[in-house]
Amino acid sequence: MNFREYKIGSRMFGLCLGGSMCITLLMPSYDFRSATSTDVALDKQLSAGWETGWNVYDPLMLGNNKPVKVVVKADPKTGAALAAPVTAYVYRVGTPMPNAADHPGNLGESVEKLSKDKGKIGEFNKATGAVYVIEKDGTTPYIVNKTATDGWMPGDVLGKAADADIAEVGKGKTMFVREGCWWCHTLLPEETQDWQVFGAPPYLGDFNGESPTAFGSDRKAPDLLHVGSRNSSKEWMMLHFFNPRLVQTHSIMPRFDYMWGEKDADGKTINFDQWRADYNDYRAGKKPNPPDVPAYAKDSEIRSLIDFMLSLK
Amino acid sequence: MLKYLFAKNEDIPSGSAAVFFGFSAILWFVVGTGLGSFNAAKLAFPDFVTGNEWFAFGHMRQVHVLAVILGWISMAFAMAMMYITPILGNTRLWSEKLGLWNCLLWNVGLSLGLTLLWAGIGSGREYSDFIWPIDLYVALFVALPLAINVWMTILKRRVQGIYTTNWFFGGGVFMVIIVYLTGNLPEFFHLTGLSEAYLTWWFAHNVLGLWITPVAAAIAYFTIPKVTGNPLYSHRIGHLHFWSVVVFYSTPAAHHLMSAPLPEWLKSFASVEGVLILVPAIAFVSNILLTMQGKWSMFVESLEVRFTITGVLMAIPLNMQGGFQQTRAINWYIHGTGWIVAHAHLALLGFSTFLEGAAVYLGLQSLMKRKLYSLTLGNIHFWLLLIGFSIYWISMTIAGLIQGAGKIYEVPYIDVVIAEHPYMIARWLGGTLVFISNVIWLYNMWMTARVGTVIPAGRMPHEIAYER
Repeated sequence: MNFREYKIGSRMFGLCLGGSMCITLLMPSYDFRSATSTDVALDKQLSAGWETGWNVYDPLMLGNNKPVKVVVKADPKTGAALAAPVTAYVYRVGTPMPNAADHPGNLGESVEKLSKDKGKIGEFNKATGAVYVIEKDGTTPYIVNKTATDGWMPGDVLGKAADADIAEVGKGKTMFVREGCWWCHTLLPEETQDWQVFGAPPYLGDFNGESPTAFGSDRKAPDLLHVGSRNSSKEWMMLHFFNPRLVQTHSIMPRFDYMWGEKDADGKTINFDQWRADYNDYRAGKKPNPPDVPAYAKDSEIRSLIDFMLSLK
Repeated sequence: MLKYLFAKNEDIPSGSAAVFFGFSAILWFVVGTGLGSFNAAKLAFPDFVTGNEWFAFGHMRQVHVLAVILGWISMAFAMAMMYITPILGNTRLWSEKLGLWNCLLWNVGLSLGLTLLWAGIGSGREYSDFIWPIDLYVALFVALPLAINVWMTILKRRVQGIYTTNWFFGGGVFMVIIVYLTGNLPEFFHLTGLSEAYLTWWFAHNVLGLWITPVAAAIAYFTIPKVTGNPLYSHRIGHLHFWSVVVFYSTPAAHHLMSAPLPEWLKSFASVEGVLILVPAIAFVSNILLTMQGKWSMFVESLEVRFTITGVLMAIPLNMQGGFQQTRAINWYIHGTGWIVAHAHLALLGFSTFLEGAAVYLGLQSLMKRKLYSLTLGNIHFWLLLIGFSIYWISMTIAGLIQGAGKIYEVPYIDVVIAEHPYMIARWLGGTLVFISNVIWLYNMWMTARVGTVIPAGRMPHEIAYER
């Protein structure tokens, strides 16, 4: 053990690798910590919830324990109409709180201060759930815990909302990760001509509190970061997910018909074999039209995935 | 092999762990390339096996990637370490028993992780897709036992110096543990946002740069001198290679995210450091090729040398691409296209697979003391692998250039998909050839174990390759 190459070698090795990690990990961490949340980041982390990759609250990645995004038109407490609809993020009883609730440090200094002082984000109670909204002070966005400030309860908000006003974005993001959408679709328009086609690249503060970011690296299909702005048709999304070749002959996207589940919107069992046989007849020229795509049930997985797609503005 | 798990260490025949690892590696290679070929078929023919989540592209894509990286490539590394490290120290492996348990735990953990991933249960972070309990398992029950065995064998060696290959082995197993534990910090401690995105690519870059590339090169430092009988051309150039890998290759992680809103200083730093990959690359390639002096006929005659030198020659385009494609001027054009997919396969299926293939051929024959069952099948394996890979690499490179042009000239995306279609079919054909070649290899190695001619004591397998 007393050869000198051990001593010199291991010290040199530690110096080299440690120096490298200091530059590539420690130094950037100061930049990342100083990033201030934009309203995009607040929207993303509130609608996705604590985590949309694998986590102990959702071990089978079924999209359980996720918040929902609701358009509130009337005050949930009094029932009086609001001057303008408000987007609220509803965390039902037992849903893990967003990252900003217990780690407000990730918001960035100015947003953190407003969210704590005016938005009371520190005063949350998992046992009752919470309702959050995003407000702005000048140009600085911040999170408001409406349960703490105005007594909005999750049950009241959800009870008074129409199903069309509820978007299961958090569950949909889980589906996006689980089904591997990000192997072909990126969530990161590049700083190139993507500006023209897929919209503006994100800003530094657009990701605070989001996990996983799921940028994707291997783009075999259009970027989706702003897809909801380009195409906001639920019907188109429905046809396209069931069988992409229905709306885009040359698409190589897989069919996601299995995300419809067993029953359609009317509770009838979907006969997938019949559908595929009819579709093959249509492709073979034996029928003039493709079969109708079944309407998805309210609690189907595809509903949440479409809600997530349309939330990508 | 299983009967030795509870035997006394002294009673386990020398080389058992390496043989277990060798066959596991080939088996995972067959599985991994089979999945790759199936995935490629789905990209070429999207209605091939459809309507079932278990055969959906999004569920299978990363199972292919991790089966090949953690199954084939890393297990072949473990196999090489378990027989090369003792040879270079003129000693036995420190613990065959630990080696056997390591291989068993490796196979079990990898099967479990890949099954979960196939079901869609993953972290959503590319390359560190496994859920964090499995990541922790990989670091503690896969990498750490391997590291302990390698380090202890080096410490207990019976020669004075440490040969080049063993620096890389000892350093590589250390670095892969550090990379696994650091790169998965976002999952262990729930770090979010850009920290999560950046650490994902810090992991992805370094698992390639500090584990796969240096360890694959280390194998060539052993195989070529051993089989040709020539001493290594220069130990000093080996030094240069080792230290420049540690210093330069550990730093450019940010060049994977040149289009993300990372700090500009970090992107520029990563880009400059990324070009410096040419230092270890030139050191390595020149060192190995100069070692071949006077023995170039073995490039034709010896299967092991042919595999190794083919891999070393592939390191030239690999590092030319790797050094320059990440600079802003070029990254702008080819980022996120099939070009990168081709480059990744040049690194893993070209460069490192060919180097490891030689180590597994040489190692299994030496350890089992059996001559290769059929040199013809070995040659067929080599050529099918090389041709299949070449078809894949060329078609994906062209597809990537088409995608890049489509991106820059704002072509509607569907037109890019249509233009790429022939190359997707070519990629599938290439991948299928690779899969077929590996099935042949598995058969050949299995028959070698069963009925291969016994190698007389004191002879090397390549010396009697052409004797009947």
